[in-house]
Amino acid sequence: MSASSWIAGLGIISAIGQDVQKNLASLTAEKTGIGEMTWLRSDHQGELPVGEVKSSNTELAANSGLSKKLPRTALLSSVAAREALVDAGWQVKLAPRTGFISANTVGGMDKTEHFFEKFISNPAAGKLAEVVYHECGAITELVADYLGIRHFVSTVSTACSSSANAIFTGARMIRSGLLDFALVGGADALTRFTLNGFNTLMILDKEPCRPFDENRRGLNLGEAAAYLLLASEKGLEQLKKKPYARISGYANANDAFHQTASSPQGTGSLLAMKGALEFAGLSPNQIDYINLHGTGTTNNDIAEGTAIRILFDPAYPKMSSTKAYTGHTLGASGAVEAVYSVLSIQQGLIFPNLRWETPMKELPFQPVTTCLTNQRVQHVLSNSFGFGGNCSSLIFSAA
Amino acid sequence: MVNMNCYIRATGNISPQHSLDPVTFSQTRVHTTQDYFKVIEPDYDGFVDSKLIRRMSRIVKMGVASAITCLRQAGTENPGALVTATAYGCLEDTSSFLRRMIEFEEKMLSPTAFIQSTHNTVGAQIALLIKCHQYNNTIVHRAFSFENALTESTLLLGEGMGPVLVGAIDEITKDSHTLLSRFGLYKPTDREDPHFSGNIAGEGAAFFLLDKDPDHHPLAWIQGIKTLYHPGNDETLRLFFLDFLNSQGFQPDQVDLVLSSHTGNKERDTIDQYLLDSLFSKKPFFPFKTLCGDYPTASGFALWLATQLLAEQKQPAWMKDLTFPLNHILIHHRSTNLHHSLYLVSRC
Repeated sequence: MSASSWIAGLGIISAIGQDVQKNLASLTAEKTGIGEMTWLRSDHQGELPVGEVKSSNTELAANSGLSKKLPRTALLSSVAAREALVDAGWQVKLAPRTGFISANTVGGMDKTEHFFEKFISNPAAGKLAEVVYHECGAITELVADYLGIRHFVSTVSTACSSSANAIFTGARMIRSGLLDFALVGGADALTRFTLNGFNTLMILDKEPCRPFDENRRGLNLGEAAAYLLLASEKGLEQLKKKPYARISGYANANDAFHQTASSPQGTGSLLAMKGALEFAGLSPNQIDYINLHGTGTTNNDIAEGTAIRILFDPAYPKMSSTKAYTGHTLGASGAVEAVYSVLSIQQGLIFPNLRWETPMKELPFQPVTTCLTNQRVQHVLSNSFGFGGNCSSLIFSAA
Repeated sequence: MVNMNCYIRATGNISPQHSLDPVTFSQTRVHTTQDYFKVIEPDYDGFVDSKLIRRMSRIVKMGVASAITCLRQAGTENPGALVTATAYGCLEDTSSFLRRMIEFEEKMLSPTAFIQSTHNTVGAQIALLIKCHQYNNTIVHRAFSFENALTESTLLLGEGMGPVLVGAIDEITKDSHTLLSRFGLYKPTDREDPHFSGNIAGEGAAFFLLDKDPDHHPLAWIQGIKTLYHPGNDETLRLFFLDFLNSQGFQPDQVDLVLSSHTGNKERDTIDQYLLDSLFSKKPFFPFKTLCGDYPTASGFALWLATQLLAEQKQPAWMKDLTFPLNHILIHHRSTNLHHSLYLVSRC
């Protein structure tokens, strides 16, 4: 029952690159992916910066081989999911007991938005083909079919913590012996629905975001997909592959404070981090790096920072939010940051918190501001907190 | 997933039937002449502070009231984990925000509908209301949403995180019904032949409190669940049934009742009929969607119905052919021919 989940493959597509190597190159070169809105068609173009994947749907479809008419979330998902499987050397024939557990929050909303333009004035209008993949689960199934995974297919949606929850769902199923392999992670494309939704909450920064800075003004939305192929001990033998790292701890807790805001003392965040440490059997001083949720909103960063102060004071690990590179990729963010956490361990790197200038006056610590190399990174804590009080923390450890 | 230690301690169910009131439920069956079946909504004041209710959307009210009913029945306020299943999520608020965003060209929008549109709103509002800081997850996988939530729940029980509150919830909205109707899915039921003549849309909120051990006077035991995605042909499906029953040490003739997925669409129902004829020809069956309508998480209603029958050991006035004691019920849930799931639920 206590078997580990080994990480045998990685795949990612984000604003800073369309595969793992390109993401790594941007991270070390301190090159942000946030910029002017180019591919998303919105009235807020020119006003709100975003972290877009720098490709049209046609280009993404050409990359994956899926139809360009499919929702962008499915196109992003297929590219990153395939990379993770190829990276691990996984094949359908080799591994029948494989699950695909993917998270997203928007489903086929980009197509539904287009459909509704006609539908709201005439209920008989609009192409039905545009709403066939509206459901979050439909996106996962498009990609499961594309990859040939049928044994177990599931979708998690808990707002911004979605893919962290998908990751430990897979880890739990491997641990209990239900699966040999679990392809876990998430995807979310930018849509007008989410952009406008976050805009009404007045938490979008009109400049590139500055997480954990005293003068932070909000978040930038981004889009991405990222996956990890998890393998059991037996699965790893089948692959004949040296794992990158393992998942050593995870926990999920609820803040139970407010639908969208975090409690000032970070109750849920603290419970999630503590729970993950307990699960991993680690003490706080064994964590070498925290990949912060760090959205750049006033509320998130103080709640998360307060919880970190309570748990880690006075010995703080190195920490940073990589959302200054990618934007907040919502249902994909936990998986994007999981890939970065694994890269941190594997490459001995601590990624910087770009654009950081001024310490938050309430907090006694500050994030890393330049890319640190040749670091000994054994254990990384990665946080994902979302609407609805959903708080999840994952711990990745050297293999 | 087989041989599970998963006992149902309590239930709460808001459905098109009188499911909050078991006595009325067993005496009176509700019919509809529409091509949709909406839930009978209780007076929510009995569940939540009226100030809070006004701010809740219909699906949240249904979910919260169903969850609270379940917790009250169990006499507990503190589940160890909460897992919510919904295929469509909070459609009313999604539609509402989408419409305004288009009509007002992305300007002057209010955040309320967006805030309540996320798929985890029901689970979040339950946690908020009962101040539950425990594990909280939402599964949104079409007609496997509830099945995958149950699989997760049993793993949580195995890790000692119980009792687990798990629920299945989906709503019909004006927009969703207009849209789904355009796919030709629904037609009204003929009162003369209520079992098989029409396919109606449905909705509901069914919650269950699950324990690992039978220590708290359980109502029923979920012996096993299994899902099959993309079965291919009818023979694969027949073998899926047999394999599942075999894995439980069962033969088809040991099942006392089959809750089947007949929807009234004659073309599609040939699968259900084939399975009944080839495996359970002498067994009573009941098409549960004639009580709750057709929707991806209707298996929540089916599990409630099975629990009710096993716990009560009494035939509702509008059912027939049951023999007692009723020990084992097999639920077959499917949506189109893509997702099939089986549940074996037994008397405790």
